[in-house]
Amino acid sequence: MKGNEALAEAAIRAGCRFFFGYPITPQTELAAYMAKRMPKEGGVYLQAESEIAAINMVYGASAAGKRAMTSSSSPGISLKGEGISYMAGADLPGVIINVQRGGPGLGGIQPSQSDYFQATRATGHGDFHLIVLAPSTVQEMTDYVFRAFDLADEYRTPVMILADGMLGQMMEPVVLPEPKTEFPAKPWAVTGHKGQRTHNIVNSLHLKPERLEETNVERYQRYDRIKATEQLAEEYRVEDAEIVVVAFGASSRIVRSAVNKAREKGIKAGLIRPITLWPFPADAISAATDRAKAILTVEMNMGQMVDDVRLVVCGRVPVEFFGRAGGIIPTPAETLAVIERIAASLEGGAR
Amino acid sequence: MFDPLMIGRFTVITGHYGSGKTNLSINLALDLTATYDEVLLVDLDVVNPYFRSSDYAVMLEGHGVRVISPTFAGTTLDTPSLSAAVHGAFDTSGAVIFDVGGDDVGATALGRYSKEISAIDYDMLYVINHYRNLTAEPAEAAALLTEIEAACHLKATGVVNNSHLRDETTAATVLDSLDFAGQTAALLGLPLRFTTVPKRLAQEISGIPGAAGLMENAYPIEIHVRTPWEEAS
Repeated sequence: MKGNEALAEAAIRAGCRFFFGYPITPQTELAAYMAKRMPKEGGVYLQAESEIAAINMVYGASAAGKRAMTSSSSPGISLKGEGISYMAGADLPGVIINVQRGGPGLGGIQPSQSDYFQATRATGHGDFHLIVLAPSTVQEMTDYVFRAFDLADEYRTPVMILADGMLGQMMEPVVLPEPKTEFPAKPWAVTGHKGQRTHNIVNSLHLKPERLEETNVERYQRYDRIKATEQLAEEYRVEDAEIVVVAFGASSRIVRSAVNKAREKGIKAGLIRPITLWPFPADAISAATDRAKAILTVEMNMGQMVDDVRLVVCGRVPVEFFGRAGGIIPTPAETLAVIERIAASLEGGAR
Repeated sequence: MFDPLMIGRFTVITGHYGSGKTNLSINLALDLTATYDEVLLVDLDVVNPYFRSSDYAVMLEGHGVRVISPTFAGTTLDTPSLSAAVHGAFDTSGAVIFDVGGDDVGATALGRYSKEISAIDYDMLYVINHYRNLTAEPAEAAALLTEIEAACHLKATGVVNNSHLRDETTAATVLDSLDFAGQTAALLGLPLRFTTVPKRLAQEISGIPGAAGLMENAYPIEIHVRTPWEEAS
C-alpha cells in the first residue's frame, strides 16, 4: 500500500468513523482514500471548508465519544494548532496526522522533518503535550495509527502521527490488523443525559484560576505517567556501538543503510530510532550514551531533535548534527561520510 | 518471453496508484531504444508529487530516451500543468510511451489528448497488481478501469499483470496472481498482454514445472523505482 492509504485504512480498522480533512500535498491520498472507504463502513468523510473547521469537527465528534481523526501537512497543521490546544485543554482524545513537507511558510511539497519542534513543544498555545509517534515504514504507519487511537482514549489526549512526504508517498507491503470491535467506555462523553445522570461538560474554559491550575497540574501528572510508561525506541546494532546515531522516520531508513556500510568498514556504529518523539525515549538514549564515544543526530531539518538528544546526553560525550532541509533527503553516502569523519576524530584522540 | 516490440508504437500506460506504471514505463522505454531511433517517455502524472518518470530523466536520457515532464515536476511547486512539448509525441515516427497518473484522477490529464490519440493507432495498457488494496479482486480491478476510461475518453486495448510485493516478491507472488489477472482480463473482455517478472526471479520461475505458460508471456523487468535508502539494482 501507499503510506497515505495505510494511515487511512488503519484508522478505519481502529474504529475511526469520523474523518474531517482538507486537501494538501503530500497527504491528499489519505483524504481521497477516506472519501472512498468511509461511506462503505457507515462512517463520515467530510471535506471541511478549512483546516481550522476540520480540527474543530474532530473536537465535536470526540466530545461525543467517537473515534475521530484529521490529517494535513505542515502548513495545515499550523492552522489546526488552536483546535489541537482546545482538545488538549478539554482532555479529548483524537488522532492528528502530519505528513510533513518542507517549510517554513508555504515551503514546498517535498518531504521534511521540520515540524519536530511544533509536534513535541508547541503545537498550539498553553501548557500541553501531544503523544507523538514517528513511523519509518508503511507497516509502522499502519500499526502506529492503530495504537494511536488506544493511547488517545487511555490518556484522554490528542495523539499525533508525525510522518513525512516520503513515507506518505512510498509503497511497501503491509499486513493489516484485524478490525477493532471493542472500545473503552467513555462516561465523560456528551451523549445526552436523558435525565438519568448529571450533565457532562467538555470544555477548556475555566473562570477560576485555581480550577484552571488544578486541571493543568492533573494533566502534567498524567504526562509523568506517559513519560514513565510509553517511551519507545528501536535499537539497531547499538550493543557495542561507539558512534550512536539518533534518527527518526524516513531519515532513520537512510541512517540504517549508512550504519550497515560503516560496520562493513569496521566502524562500530549503531542506530537509535525514537518511535515516540513525545515522550522522548530518554532512557534508551541515556543507556546507549554510557557505552558510546560520540552521538550523531541526523534529521531532515536544520537541527531540532538534536536539542532533546543534548538534554539527555548532558555533556557526557560530544553530540554532532547532520541534516538536510528544504525537502532534500540526506543520502546514505553523505551520512556515512559524517560517521567516518567522527570515527577518524575519535581515533585521533580528539575527545 | 514477451517481446516489448509487441506493444504499439504509441502506448499509453494507465492503472491504479502504485500499481507500477512508472517502473513498467521505464522498462519499456529503455527496451524500445534497441529498435527505435527515437523513444519518447511522456510523464503525464500531474497527481503524484514523487516516484514518477521525471525523477529518472537523467538515467533515461543517458540511455537515449527523451523524457517530457510536466512543467513543474520535481520542484517544490504544487502546480499541475502540462507542457506544450507533449504535442511533440504526435509528430515523431519513433516510439512513444505515455506514463499516466493513477486512477481516474490521474487519467483526467490524459483526456486532454484523447482526440489526438484516438486519431492514431494506439495501445492503452491497464496495469494491475493483485496485491494492491482496493483492487485485489478482479471485479474491483475491472471497475477501476471503467472509471479511468470514463475520465480519459479512451478505451484500453489490453491488461498487464504487474502483480508484485516490491522486494518481497517471490516466484509464488507472481504465480499466485495469474488467476486474478486472467479473470480481470476476461471480465473486461481484453487480452492479457503480458505478466511482468522481476529479472532476479526469471530464471527461478522458468524452472518451475507448470510455469512454462507464464514464461511464454512474461516480461522480465528491472526495478528502477526505489526509495533513497535502497541500493539500485
